[in-house]
Amino acid sequence: MSEPEILRRRDVVSALLQRRGKLLVVTGLGSPTWDCAAAGDHPLTFSLWGAMGGACAVGLGLALAQPRRRVLVVTGDGEMLMGMGSLATIGARRPGNLAIVVIDNERYGETGMQKSHTAHGVDLAAVALACGFAGARIVRSSADIAGVRAAIHGRRGPLFYQVKVKAESLPLVMPPRDGAWLKHRFREALLGDGAMG
Amino acid sequence: MPKPAATYDWPREIHRTLRANAVRQVSYVPDAGHKRLIELCHGDKRMTVVPLTTEEEGIALAAGAWLGGERSALLMQSSGVGNCVNMLTLATHCAFPLLMLVTMRGEWGEFNPWQVPMGQATRDILERSCVRAFRVECAEDIGANVDAAAKLTWNTNAVTAVLIAQRMIGTKTFETFEEGP
Repeated sequence: MSEPEILRRRDVVSALLQRRGKLLVVTGLGSPTWDCAAAGDHPLTFSLWGAMGGACAVGLGLALAQPRRRVLVVTGDGEMLMGMGSLATIGARRPGNLAIVVIDNERYGETGMQKSHTAHGVDLAAVALACGFAGARIVRSSADIAGVRAAIHGRRGPLFYQVKVKAESLPLVMPPRDGAWLKHRFREALLGDGAMG
Repeated sequence: MPKPAATYDWPREIHRTLRANAVRQVSYVPDAGHKRLIELCHGDKRMTVVPLTTEEEGIALAAGAWLGGERSALLMQSSGVGNCVNMLTLATHCAFPLLMLVTMRGEWGEFNPWQVPMGQATRDILERSCVRAFRVECAEDIGANVDAAAKLTWNTNAVTAVLIAQRMIGTKTFETFEEGP
């Protein structure tokens, strides 16, 4: 038996955001925000520094407003657990252009690496599937990441991927922290002249 | 004297005002006081209506809607304001425009004591959270207040709440409950 593969969060996020094209991205607070910044700051990434539990609902509002664009939420297991009801809200609306990736290290990484509920067997992908997502599964292998990236760009949603990664503390890579500025930058990049309306 | 709600179709006036202000997404946790407005919004093909599991989702939803270029309003009863407090930082820090329509409980002839603490604290909690509150006591004033709040919201990137007095909604809705078990 070979050792099970252990995914590294920065490798996963960087691979998912490669050649992102017109993808709209929302990041959940904490490590997923740093991971996405490490993969490269982008005007069409809206980074949450707070609002814990809100990342998926931000993604839903954006997906409903922009039905012709693909929307990706990258968040963590702790943030997702706080907003688990939003999976039911998304399941009830079933937006075809929304995908959620939970980078699951089974820890609260910003507060001392305390175990989260997923460390005790809570299966978020099963929750998403039960809520009516078109596809939802746990991802453990680097061989599957390219397929997840392709699905984010093309498969009918809503989609949910819970990617199990190593519990590790990495150097912080911070995107701009002024939320109003991030909002204006995103709207200008997406809406152009309409952004100030 | 305020007229009884039955003589004035104020939910239709709210719906008309939301339409006139180009509100495209309407989210809600149901309240009996919002029953007719929710039905009007569901019946409006130009509105995307999103039922929520908890009110704070509506604040995040409105932020996403605005990132995507759409205006969003959030309907709730006063107990829901307590569920929103931390999520309001998303709207207030980032200056996401947000209009909330709050039907009040716990103030006028309330029969359920569990509604009273949040109902009494609602306005203070909103104002301490940097939300501009408009209070409507009289059904005929609803359109002007919702329109003023909407203008403030989308002209100045503000977070606003229209508080609809329990007296205005009428006691009939709650009498139904009182006659129950």
